[in-house]
Amino acid sequence: MQFTDEQLKIMDSIIARYPRSRSAIMPLLHYVQAIDGYVSPRGIEIIAEKLDLATAEVTAVSTFYTQYRSEPAGEYHVGVCINTLCAVMGGDAIYEAVCEHLGIENHETTKDGKVSLERIECNAACDYAPVVMVNWEFYDNQTPQSVRDLVDAARAGNPPAPTRGPNKLRTWKENSQVLAGISDGLSNEGVSAGAATLRGLKISKGEK
Amino acid sequence: MPVLSAHWDEKDSFTIAGYQRAGGYKALTKALAMEPDAVIQLVKDSGLRGRGGAGFPTGSKWGFIPQGDNKEHYLVVNADESEPGTCKDMPLLMANPHVLIEGMIIASYAIRANYAFVYIRGEVAHVVRRVQQAIEDAYKAGFLGKNIGGKGFDLELVLHVGAGAYICGEETALLDSLEGFRGQPRLRPPFPAIAGLYAKPTVVNNVESIASVPAIIQNGVEWFQAMGTEKSKGFTLYSLSGHVKNPGQFEAPLGITLREILELAGGVREGHQLKFWTPGGSSTPMFTAEHLDVPLDYEGVSAAGSMLGTKALQIFDETTCVVRAALRWTEFYKHESCGKCTPCREGTWWLVQMLQDLEDGKGTEEDLAKLLDLCDNIAGRSFCALADGAVAPIISSLKYFRSEYLEHQKNGGCPFDPVASTNFAVVNS
Repeated sequence: MQFTDEQLKIMDSIIARYPRSRSAIMPLLHYVQAIDGYVSPRGIEIIAEKLDLATAEVTAVSTFYTQYRSEPAGEYHVGVCINTLCAVMGGDAIYEAVCEHLGIENHETTKDGKVSLERIECNAACDYAPVVMVNWEFYDNQTPQSVRDLVDAARAGNPPAPTRGPNKLRTWKENSQVLAGISDGLSNEGVSAGAATLRGLKISKGEK
Repeated sequence: MPVLSAHWDEKDSFTIAGYQRAGGYKALTKALAMEPDAVIQLVKDSGLRGRGGAGFPTGSKWGFIPQGDNKEHYLVVNADESEPGTCKDMPLLMANPHVLIEGMIIASYAIRANYAFVYIRGEVAHVVRRVQQAIEDAYKAGFLGKNIGGKGFDLELVLHVGAGAYICGEETALLDSLEGFRGQPRLRPPFPAIAGLYAKPTVVNNVESIASVPAIIQNGVEWFQAMGTEKSKGFTLYSLSGHVKNPGQFEAPLGITLREILELAGGVREGHQLKFWTPGGSSTPMFTAEHLDVPLDYEGVSAAGSMLGTKALQIFDETTCVVRAALRWTEFYKHESCGKCTPCREGTWWLVQMLQDLEDGKGTEEDLAKLLDLCDNIAGRSFCALADGAVAPIISSLKYFRSEYLEHQKNGGCPFDPVASTNFAVVNS
């Protein structure tokens, strides 16, 4: 299957952002994931062709970074932070609970293709521990039960909105397009800051 | 009064309208009316130091860029925030991306760069949206593009989204990644100021450092110097997390103590005591309750045997097993080692195996000596500081909690109940 003319045009626009074409390799990989759900063989080939590289050079880059997948992600990719602070605050318990609930382990996807699971490292939201990311959106202050409910709702096609993110959770492919630098027009949705982010500010204003 | 976080509680703080209502982009007009060298001098004089961990003076970094060399210059902002515990730049960019963009335009003008990049970590979709939109709006408003402010200054600003690699927070690995390669650190010298992005003179600054620039331009050197301590000037974001009543972002002058921040945050969680904490992320040697009054500035934390780092204050109470904590951090460094240097690539694997045995109660007292010996052979023997960071939690936890390591052996396993340290411990029991 070939990429469409529109997709090829978007790839060219990504390359045009940079003074040197090779720099476009990462957003192009994100874009391929937005189309195919993972770094597909045809994705590797088109990037190599566009950037005048060997396919091995593109593969070497894509395999270095954990967000680039060699197999399709679920429609909802669930990342449970198991770095020390989140793990201690409940991330380990959450991870175990989700594994048991879904019957899958790290890097696996449910049979219906809806949910994939990953143990993730620190996601820069420690003041909201334990943190779970779905399609790289923040779900703050989670518990084993809240995440069981979250994945059930996702499988039913009705996931709750992220804590700090757009009003409706987008699919993994849709969010991969955002990571490729292609706007989905949702930046105005969601809070400017969560409660923990505002903690010090509120105290300084005497609001507590 | 807060500066960086002052308007985060406004519903539209992240929009260009919200930012301009709060005085945004006025510093840019002021800076463009100055000579570029005068802008560099002002930032130098302010004493602003890097907020990404190393604390290098920002103005000096700008001053290292050779001028009149007929080469392209680049500004690259490091928004790869991935150090465990560090969570200041992402909320800053979510709430106010324009302050970074304004700072970047000023910095680019000063160092005479016509191309600038934000390298942001890839696991934060909504932050990416906010920064992307802010860039588009800044172009529309004429703050980016050709002939900015009618001053003949051109600047292209590109958001580059990473893909999950802690090592890309290391500035030379970041540059390799931005050039389209695997993100592996480079041997220095040459430093980025001489041969950075595309081998051209490049400044790499942290988000918070650049975001501090507009306020400094706007309010002046004396205003900035009135905050902080003798060698650590100004305000900064302290990120409090873990076993505390009210975790969150606390903007304060440099030099505040953990005791003072904890008081603001309502203290350690109810019925528990502080056991250990990190001053600036997992790569900074841990502290204990005896360090509550250490001034949290660059010099104060160094003098007490650690580093200010990213001011990521991760608090752990007495329910937390320090061996488990050290093991988990070590697993992180093992996972994130880029593989370039043997001591780090192989050493972190050995460290994890030894710590796992110790946590399981299968270690011996001799293992502790071996562990330290291993740390000695890993730290300082690689291209970058990842390996130095990897041994920090191990060496410091052994320094303060050696007996706890040995208790695991006596006990035949970890003596702690992991449920007791969770956020929902009360709910479960």
